[in-house]
Amino acid sequence: MELYMSLAIGVLFAVGVYLILSKSLLRIILGTSLLTHGVHLLLLTMSRPKKGAPPLLGEHAKSYVDPLPQALILTSIVISFGVTSFFFVLAYKAYQKLGTDDMEQLKGDQDE
Amino acid sequence: MSLLHVAIIVPFLLASAVPLLGRLLRRVHAGWLVLPGPAVLFGYFVSRIPFVRQGGEFASLPWMPSLGIDFTVQLDGLSLLFALLISGIGSLVVLYSIFYLDKNKEQVRTFYVYLLLFMGAMLGVVLSDNMMVLYGFWELTSISSFLLIAFWHHRERSRYGALKSMLITVFGGLAMLAGFILLYVMSGTFSIRGIIDQAGTLAAHELFIPAMLLILLGAFTKSAQFPFHIWLPDAMEAPTPVSAYLHSATMVKAGLYLVARFNPFFAGAAEWFWLVSGFGLMTLIYGSFRALKQTDLKAMLAFSTVSQLGLIMSLLGLGSAAASAAGAEALLYTGAVTAAVFHIVNHAAFKGALFMVADIVDHETGTRDIRKLGGLLPLMPVTFTIALFGTFSMAGLPPFGGYLSKEMFLMAVLDTLHMDVWNAQTWSVLIPAVAWMASVFTFVYSMILLFRTFTGPLQPDKLERKPHEAPLGMLIPPAVLGLLALVFGLFPNLLSHSLIEPAIAAIVPRTLPADEHLAVHIAFWHGWTPEVFMTAGIIAAGIVLYKLHRWFKPLREPLFTRISLNRAYDWSLSTAERGAARLTGAYMTGSVRDYLSYIFVFFIAALGITMFLSGSLRIDMSQYAPLSLYEAVIIAVLIVSAAAVPFARSRLMAIIWTGAAGYMVTLFFVLFRAPDLALTQMIVETVSVTLFLLCFYHLPKLKREVSALRFKLTNFLIATGVGAVVTLIALGASGSPTFGSISEFFLQESYHSAGGKNVVNVILVDFRGFDTLLEITVLGIASLGIYALIKLSLDPDDAAGGS
Repeated sequence: MELYMSLAIGVLFAVGVYLILSKSLLRIILGTSLLTHGVHLLLLTMSRPKKGAPPLLGEHAKSYVDPLPQALILTSIVISFGVTSFFFVLAYKAYQKLGTDDMEQLKGDQDE
Repeated sequence: MSLLHVAIIVPFLLASAVPLLGRLLRRVHAGWLVLPGPAVLFGYFVSRIPFVRQGGEFASLPWMPSLGIDFTVQLDGLSLLFALLISGIGSLVVLYSIFYLDKNKEQVRTFYVYLLLFMGAMLGVVLSDNMMVLYGFWELTSISSFLLIAFWHHRERSRYGALKSMLITVFGGLAMLAGFILLYVMSGTFSIRGIIDQAGTLAAHELFIPAMLLILLGAFTKSAQFPFHIWLPDAMEAPTPVSAYLHSATMVKAGLYLVARFNPFFAGAAEWFWLVSGFGLMTLIYGSFRALKQTDLKAMLAFSTVSQLGLIMSLLGLGSAAASAAGAEALLYTGAVTAAVFHIVNHAAFKGALFMVADIVDHETGTRDIRKLGGLLPLMPVTFTIALFGTFSMAGLPPFGGYLSKEMFLMAVLDTLHMDVWNAQTWSVLIPAVAWMASVFTFVYSMILLFRTFTGPLQPDKLERKPHEAPLGMLIPPAVLGLLALVFGLFPNLLSHSLIEPAIAAIVPRTLPADEHLAVHIAFWHGWTPEVFMTAGIIAAGIVLYKLHRWFKPLREPLFTRISLNRAYDWSLSTAERGAARLTGAYMTGSVRDYLSYIFVFFIAALGITMFLSGSLRIDMSQYAPLSLYEAVIIAVLIVSAAAVPFARSRLMAIIWTGAAGYMVTLFFVLFRAPDLALTQMIVETVSVTLFLLCFYHLPKLKREVSALRFKLTNFLIATGVGAVVTLIALGASGSPTFGSISEFFLQESYHSAGGKNVVNVILVDFRGFDTLLEITVLGIASLGIYALIKLSLDPDDAAGGS
């Protein structure tokens, strides 16, 4: 399972990076979303998620999965959501003001 | 704090007082307020002469004791000689500048602040025993010299000259600092005395030669040795008192001081001998040759200074042979050091006088161009007399001081002929030849300087003013110096007992047993020695060359225009600037995509290479869980939906494919027993997609990426590389764990200590509640930021806010 998960994470990273390198702002935002998914899955996969019950003590199971990565991922999801929303509005505003979402045209002046 | 410390600090105190006092006493020329400072210092140093013969003084003031850096001063013969030069000529220069600078037209107070800063720094250089303090004062001389050269900062040439001297001397200063640090590494002390005490033991150290080269670099740049002499002629844009003081008598001798100061440590090494004397001789001949061609009086004097500094430097180098000889032979080589010290004094006297003479001529005629001058002798007899004293001393004619130091120089040079150290015989034949040639050139340019200015026809139509004798105040300082040039010649032993012997003892210690004192006796006439014939030859050849010098001028011109170190300097400076601009322009493109590719390529290279080199790529499949059907399906859907995003034609499709990937992640959270994550991810994904779709209307149409195949291919390669590296890291990390998890604690204590059964929630709000607090802050900031972004606008047309 870990092998295939790692491949899937690799694909998420590769597609995310490819989108980030493109010229359109929308693609870049979508790329960061995919990168975020890849990171979350990587965190979870590294914690052997299949050995045990969900970390709810009412289950009375013999063993539970590791709760710590879950807490970390939960924090990360919220933070990346906040950042993505901000980024998204920023892109929208930039497009509204400057009339383009092409990164090549958003370049600074030669002297900057 | 001893009186010596006070002596160094006095000029700085005076420098801070001058602006205030000068403002209060507007009617007095600020120079009169400054003059007592150096005069008192000179008197103080004169009163120290008897003490120095008994071994000098040494005083320390703690500054940074934990670093071994203390404000330690010492006064021995060498320091005293320089301190007297600095304060003595300083007084005369201040006196001269009172008549030179008009207090109504020039910023006189600024000038004296700079000059006093320089004087204090220079005293600090020659009196410091701690190398770090010495370095501090050394850089302060560079800075104050920079300020003084650019005193008339509205002139472009002044700024150019100041910048050039700054770049070159600071370059050397930094090299010297590195050399000092190497010395500290070798010896464990910053004290120069402490280092010299270890001289014998450290000669075989592997850092000995690097330290020597770096310190010599500092000395050669400061003392304008070939090929670093190029800043000195351009520094002549400074006011003449500055040229006379800094660029003939004091600052340019700081390098000589450094070489003399470290001579006891480095002498005995063949590299020291050859480098110091070789560069000195090279500078001597080159400077005297170049001086011939100059038509500007100050430029001629500048090259003459370069050449004389080379002469002293070569004498110091030749004298270093004394350290490896013994007995009478050592005494013989010490003669070179005697000549060096004597010539330092002589040169300070006659060069200071000559600079002031050149300035008086400039002041009275309006030009310093030798081609316009002539026939000033009947009009300016006093100036002529001073100039005669100066130039004859410079040319080495009896009965002036320069004659004696030239005789001693020739004697020292001839001594190298039978010097049997370091295979000198084969090459040493060249040394007297070069020295003799240079002396002939010196003679010729001295005569050109004197006779083309003061004799021949007067050309009144070319002069801006009607020349007449200078005011008395301007004549006193050069007259004093000119007379000194004569006095040193007539009574050469005036200083030998009080000043020169202690200085030699400081430069070449240990040549004599401790109880014996070196007796210097400079005789005016000591028989028909080879030097006398050499001098006669110099005079004869010099007169012939002087008579002919108008003839071979066209012959010399092309040689000079072709070989110019200034051009090399300018070229290298502009090339460095253009190169830096091109380099920055090449990679700082302004395109985010380029910067991101640097980051990702570095990521791939650093992590990939580290993984392969360190062998941490161990894939251990034994621990892997089996793949179930659910997982296989979800993985396939995830891969397909993610991979479809770049190929989506419309923005809607791209958003939907991204959302699909997000929901697949939710499903993974379900499968991997993370209910809270699944809930949150579901909601966040839904809100995100909703947000995308809400703003969808305002977003631009997703254009097909029309870009070159190379662009896409590079992106593809980088992306694949990042994906591969991440996959490999994941595989390498998911093998057997090296240590257990701390989660056992959370699972045990969740209910007992925190009273909750949902362990993830307990971790979030109880065990690690701070993370959550800050995460809430992040959300708060993001929402405020979004609000501000939409509502606030500084653009007046857009005052209504978001659409």
